[in-house]
Amino acid sequence: MTQETTAKVPLLHAEQLSSTRGGRVLFDELSFQLHPGELWQVTGPNGAGKSTLLRMLAGLLEPTEGRIRFNGASLHDNWQSYCQQLLFIGHKAAVKGELTALENFYWQQQLTASPNTDGWDLLEKLGLLGLEDELTGRLSAGQQRRVALTRLWANKAKLWILDEPFTSLDVQGVALLQKRFAEHLADEGCIIFTSHQSLTLSELSPKLIDLSQAVQVYSEAAYD
Amino acid sequence: MINASMRQVWLAVLKRDLRIAARRRSDALNPLLFLLMVVTLFPLGVGPGPDILARIAPGIIWVAALLASLLGLERLFKDDFQDGTLEQLCLLPQPLAFTTTAKVMAHWLLTGLPLVILSPLLALLLSLPMQGWWALALSLLLGTPALSALGAIGAALTLQVQRGSSLISLILIPLFIPLLIFATAAVENASMGLAVHGQLAILAAISVLTITLSPLAIAAGIKMSVN
Repeated sequence: MTQETTAKVPLLHAEQLSSTRGGRVLFDELSFQLHPGELWQVTGPNGAGKSTLLRMLAGLLEPTEGRIRFNGASLHDNWQSYCQQLLFIGHKAAVKGELTALENFYWQQQLTASPNTDGWDLLEKLGLLGLEDELTGRLSAGQQRRVALTRLWANKAKLWILDEPFTSLDVQGVALLQKRFAEHLADEGCIIFTSHQSLTLSELSPKLIDLSQAVQVYSEAAYD
Repeated sequence: MINASMRQVWLAVLKRDLRIAARRRSDALNPLLFLLMVVTLFPLGVGPGPDILARIAPGIIWVAALLASLLGLERLFKDDFQDGTLEQLCLLPQPLAFTTTAKVMAHWLLTGLPLVILSPLLALLLSLPMQGWWALALSLLLGTPALSALGAIGAALTLQVQRGSSLISLILIPLFIPLLIFATAAVENASMGLAVHGQLAILAAISVLTITLSPLAIAAGIKMSVN
């Protein structure tokens, strides 16, 4: 994996992470450092452990081995400030089908007490205007994804952990999200995301964590 | 960085749960309808004689209340688990044990409180003597919070079970038994004009104990499932 020798303390430091799920080694001795202003992409085929890695980084899952440090201290010791600096949008996007787009947005905002953002402006920007009274359960997959992504525009968190943020988005949506990525990176933010498709992130060049090798190691072992 | 206060987050979760319940009225009303049906059918089954009815009324109402409280329990955390909301609650700076109390509160407001409000009607339907009414209302007011708190533990423990309702019942019914015994004893004593402070105090104690300790168990159960 790409290792950088920087004098700065990394925002997130993964040391020798290993994950075993159901007797299967997903990845082994994975180490990397995330610094402010960096964009990281986790790639790999289905089942390679991309989501598992992200959930581990978000602190939802304990690594089988290894440890994760945030600002130099372990996640556990630093949990409060980690939660404040973290924005995690998982595979399940936490959008409530029984609430409208605007209600979903305001609810998320109340949880995080983010800077006051006008929900209407944001809905307009994301092309959801006119649908604000519709229950999100009735919106299309792409529109629901957009509702989930509203959080990216109304949050001060430094570290974004996004699981498949580009799924079901149309070309316009992808462009919009890329623009927001660039803004966040310029703002000394840090993003790590997964995607199984090699994205055409025009101006952005993400550093890659490739999990496909880990799976190969596993399958060779299985055939022995 | 501005931080959401504990109170703000708590109220946000509570309001959201109530709003969702308002959008799914049939789910929210189902336990109440069940209870009303049981209570109205009993006089037809055992005969309308006020003597028998008044004698068995406390038992009927409380057993029906226990079973009704089990009806919607499975979904208390399951929807939030499936759409990822529980993960988000786990990642808040506020402790999960604290935020889940808002969900338990919402559950009580939707299932326990209506019972307390309906209790005069239930007492009337089963011709409970006048002195028994207020004891019934008080026993429900003091006992139903414990039903919600214990029920939430069951719901949290069975999050990953596909159809968990039967398992929830098996876990919870034994825990509900002390409530049933003391609550019905209170109402019976009151109907006979005896003192009920002892039973009501025990009900209150059970509620206080479960409300204060259950959040820890609920949070542990949720964390286990989210992992």
